[in-house]
Amino acid sequence: MLQVEDLHVHYGGIHALQGVHLEVPDGSIVTLIGANGAGKSTTLRAVTGLVRPRQGRIRLQGREITRLPAHKIVAAGVAMVPEGRRIFPNLTVRENLLMGSYLRRDASGVRRDMDWVFRLFPRLKERQNQRGGTLSGGEQQMLAIGRALMSRPSLLLLDEPSLGLAPLLVREVFQVLKEINAEGRTLLLVEQNAHAALGLAHHAYVLETGRIVLEGSGRQLQQNAAVRRAYLGDPGAEAM
Amino acid sequence: MSLQEFIQQLLNGLSLGSLYALVAIGYTMVYGILRLINFAHGDIFMVGAYIAFYLVGVFYLPWWLSLPLTLLLTAGVGVLIDRVAYRPLRNEPRISLLITAVGVSFLLENLGLVTVGARQKGFPVPGMMASPVRILGAQVGGVSIWVPLISLAFLLLLLWVIYRTKAGMAMRAVSRDIEATRLMGADVDRIIAFTFAIGSALAAAGGILWSFKYPQINPLMGIYPGWKAFTAAVVGGIGNPTGAMIGGVLIGLVEVLTVAFFPTLSGYRDAFVFSILILFLLLRPTGLLGEPLKEKV
Repeated sequence: MLQVEDLHVHYGGIHALQGVHLEVPDGSIVTLIGANGAGKSTTLRAVTGLVRPRQGRIRLQGREITRLPAHKIVAAGVAMVPEGRRIFPNLTVRENLLMGSYLRRDASGVRRDMDWVFRLFPRLKERQNQRGGTLSGGEQQMLAIGRALMSRPSLLLLDEPSLGLAPLLVREVFQVLKEINAEGRTLLLVEQNAHAALGLAHHAYVLETGRIVLEGSGRQLQQNAAVRRAYLGDPGAEAM
Repeated sequence: MSLQEFIQQLLNGLSLGSLYALVAIGYTMVYGILRLINFAHGDIFMVGAYIAFYLVGVFYLPWWLSLPLTLLLTAGVGVLIDRVAYRPLRNEPRISLLITAVGVSFLLENLGLVTVGARQKGFPVPGMMASPVRILGAQVGGVSIWVPLISLAFLLLLLWVIYRTKAGMAMRAVSRDIEATRLMGADVDRIIAFTFAIGSALAAAGGILWSFKYPQINPLMGIYPGWKAFTAAVVGGIGNPTGAMIGGVLIGLVEVLTVAFFPTLSGYRDAFVFSILILFLLLRPTGLLGEPLKEKV
């Protein structure tokens, strides 16, 4: 589905990504974990065309999308749930979802997908005529996910969907991600909550200061001593 | 002042105010999206008046054709200005954009002086606008009735576009979060161009109606109405289209009624309006309907 090869991104004088390689197979959930500032968000922003890589290639279903503008990348089938949710506070819940379907011309399909999103997140249906800015943090996260789904993406990128959510909500959101994946959509998930992410993902990458330092199946990384120590808060792992 | 006189003055202020409202919309919409005070907007109003002048007064096209054609052509001028002057500066500091806007304003004014000349031209006013109308026992000029009515129609159409169409929804989205709008697959440059088109078309409508009211046009005619419309946009809460309409009507009424009640102060009519601008900037910079300022990150 997605192949990233030797990706380099610079922010001013900072070399944020220093040759990232990663692959997201069709129908899978892949997660990218790492500390703050490791370059996880930057990787997603490069894939969606919000930042321009200086070097490297990004391919979607074999087609190169490296330097396409963001709106063309969305048209190619990529949607993103951005960090901090970034819903439109002045638009109603319903309008936020319609913005997600901005490029679509099939009104009946849009209606069907909106019903689907309302089934995934019944609370959004209750609040559909309320302004996005009046929703709670958890509801805004659901709206951001629902909005991204409205473009019928083949690849869904999620940047820290658990950030700032109560543990119960985190579980709910991750349950929905599983359902979305079961419907045939491919997910690339960036998370600081490594525990939840590794539990969900088929394959995982660990990013450190702009480079991939480790990869493996979610289960393998969950058992890896270095990962346990650095990301899963297990100091005892050092002794192993 | 007799009741009849008061009604006359009230309608007079209302028609002036609705013109300010039409122009204020363009300031406020562009500001809402680009955080740019488009200083050239008053001059686009002038361009609109001249396009109509040539279509009707020189090429003898009928008004039913000239009006939409003028709006369309002026919208094109607005889009062109955005494309060549503002769009290349999208990622530059906002002050560069502001200075460029001042430059575009001077360019349009001086281009006008060079091409059509500084001399006043008599604007072709349709009979309907010139003939007097009786209302509530008072006799008023047709413009005082028709100008507010036509303006109102345009403003309602605008609200419909903003709140009931997909393009309007995208404009509202861009005004809050450009990057998130990109992530929706929307081509933000096109939405911005559309915003300039609408603002410029309304300025052209304002320019035409203004010239019905004051049928002498010249290339500098946009300066004062532009500043006052800008004041109206600030008073209403810059970035808020409904606020711009309310601000426009308020400014028009203040301007006309202060002079009506204190005829000796008529030389200060502009000073009154700009004092309001200063007061608002000092005491309530977010205007009547503006939301508390939140810097975008």
